Amino acid sequence: MAKTATLPPAPASAAGPRGDERIGRRNPLQTLLGRPEVGALVGAVVLFVFFALVSPTFTQPNALATILYGSSTIGIMAVGVSLLMIGGEFDLSTGVAVISSALTASMFSWYFSTNIWVGVLLALVVSVGIGYINGWILMKTKLPSFIVTLATFLMLTGLNLGLTRLIGGSVSSPSISSMDGFASARAVFASSVSIGGIDVKITVFIWIALVAVATWVLMRTRVGNWIFAVGGDENAARAVGVPVKATKIGLFMGVGFCGWILGMHNLFAFDTVQSGEGVGNEFLYIIAAVIGGCLLTGGYGSAVGGAIGAFIFGMANKGIVYAQWNPDWFKFFLGLMLLLATIINLIVKRRAELK
Amino acid sequence: MNAKEIDQQTLLKDEKDPLTHTPVHLLSLDGVGKHYGNIIALSDVTMAVDNGRVTCVLGDNGAGKSTLIKIIAGLHQHDAGVLNIMGEERKFGSPRDALDVGIATVYQDLAVVPLMPIWRNFFLGSELTSGFGPFKSMDVEKMKAITLKELAEMGIDLRDVEQPIGQLSGGERQCVAIARAVYFGAKVLILDEPTAALGVKQSGVVLRYVLQARDRGLGVIFITHNPHHAFPVGDRFLLLKRGKSIGYYDKKDITLDELTAQMAGGAELAELAHELEQLGGHGDVVKEVQAEVADVTHNRETSTESSPRHV
Repeated sequence: MAKTATLPPAPASAAGPRGDERIGRRNPLQTLLGRPEVGALVGAVVLFVFFALVSPTFTQPNALATILYGSSTIGIMAVGVSLLMIGGEFDLSTGVAVISSALTASMFSWYFSTNIWVGVLLALVVSVGIGYINGWILMKTKLPSFIVTLATFLMLTGLNLGLTRLIGGSVSSPSISSMDGFASARAVFASSVSIGGIDVKITVFIWIALVAVATWVLMRTRVGNWIFAVGGDENAARAVGVPVKATKIGLFMGVGFCGWILGMHNLFAFDTVQSGEGVGNEFLYIIAAVIGGCLLTGGYGSAVGGAIGAFIFGMANKGIVYAQWNPDWFKFFLGLMLLLATIINLIVKRRAELK
Repeated sequence: MNAKEIDQQTLLKDEKDPLTHTPVHLLSLDGVGKHYGNIIALSDVTMAVDNGRVTCVLGDNGAGKSTLIKIIAGLHQHDAGVLNIMGEERKFGSPRDALDVGIATVYQDLAVVPLMPIWRNFFLGSELTSGFGPFKSMDVEKMKAITLKELAEMGIDLRDVEQPIGQLSGGERQCVAIARAVYFGAKVLILDEPTAALGVKQSGVVLRYVLQARDRGLGVIFITHNPHHAFPVGDRFLLLKRGKSIGYYDKKDITLDELTAQMAGGAELAELAHELEQLGGHGDVVKEVQAEVADVTHNRETSTESSPRHV
């Protein structure tokens, strides 16, 4: 490709059988290698084979369902975070925003003794609102998203702890399992579906659905085009009439929406929420997106990549347990994987582009 | 010099002024000026653009070329003189206003996103969609087909519209930007130094597309500092220096040598020769520059004689 790209285009008359000999050089394999998520896919396969060899229980259907569940709790957020990263920004407040959402639903319903669903809807407004505020401040001040979302991260951490103690008098939210609407909310956010005798958590399906929707948005809608554009070159996008502000704020709101789903799952899976939780999780989501081939600088990546990144995370997390290793090693493993995955991504991307 | 003195054949062929039924220019500037605070960036500039004609704006760095484009493209407002579109006085409040009357600008630092495929770039901001409401999706196949067709019509032979636009050469990217402006209904195309960062061969390619755009009936404003690029494609030439118009010529009234002489400025070259001489040790260079000075001075004399339009 590089060779032909430097040639000036021949005039139409001289083209003859137009471009035939030049297109022919790129075979389907190379096209596949050009996809953002290929590095992660290779990594996922290698990791899967590795754990399957080390631990026989790893490939049992029940174990797979557990791994998928673990992956989905990261993956749901990774969908929003991947899109945001393609749009050229990132969000450090996601981990605690999930807990804020769960706390809002729980505390509001409990304090005002309303139906749980009222709290759930309020939590949706709050979650999307946090995303909106993040995006709005970012666009108004033109500060880097690192600073803005770091500030929201700290503020939300404080609010989670402070308000929970102020309202409930404890560091965790009160149990809401006996309240109206708990059963139906649990069915929506935290139930299991039995497939061939194996219980698969509903979050796995929500995760897959979100990835499908996000992929469709990215590849097939105007908004998807805008997301790539604002991440790739904000000024160029603005010059051709792309609503840069709305796109970026929308992406933050999308992250908020994903946070709401995960927050509701956390709440209804356990019925109480620890107000100090969530700190540090934001990095897991970013790691999943980066392992999945999203460029940290924006403009490149895919939702499927983020999903594969989350799956890698899930495999490593549970695989260490199935292999009966000390889980102390997990973080080291995660760091090593992040490094390897990004290097593989880089090499694959360069080679695919040069050919 | 008044724009109305331009010979009649360069005027719009079928367009008439709705009030006076006399031929009008697609776009014309009359005595336009602009100052930023106490700095006069542009003063008393007169020029015209017509369908199927190329108006070149030449000038060195800081001559006021950028200010001129920004006024026409709606980024800045002029504070003296008149800007006419189809004989109607206008003052653009924003780039959107200018776009709405069909003035498209291809900036030097191209408005393309390098990592995105060509077809996505081509339709960026004006994507074609099909379907209803929340299920509205992009008509990808149609957009790819149109991109390929439009670029082919501009004479750009592309291998694959799926490849990232960053893989194209600078000249090809310029051409995609031009083709995009043409496709989206531009009447006036402003090209801001499209050949500045390009090699000889690439510049030739871009100049060919400038002519393609002209032949498709667009009025082209071609900004450059290179008379060798401007002369072959231009129909009119506006020369700017330090924010002032130092000449406005029809092609039949000026030769390439005269244009070059006007651009280079004999006095500056003489000064350079003097400076080099003082530094010493550059005998060959000094001789070369002195020869150039002689050449330029000679040309200037002839140009003054032969061109009654010289301001």
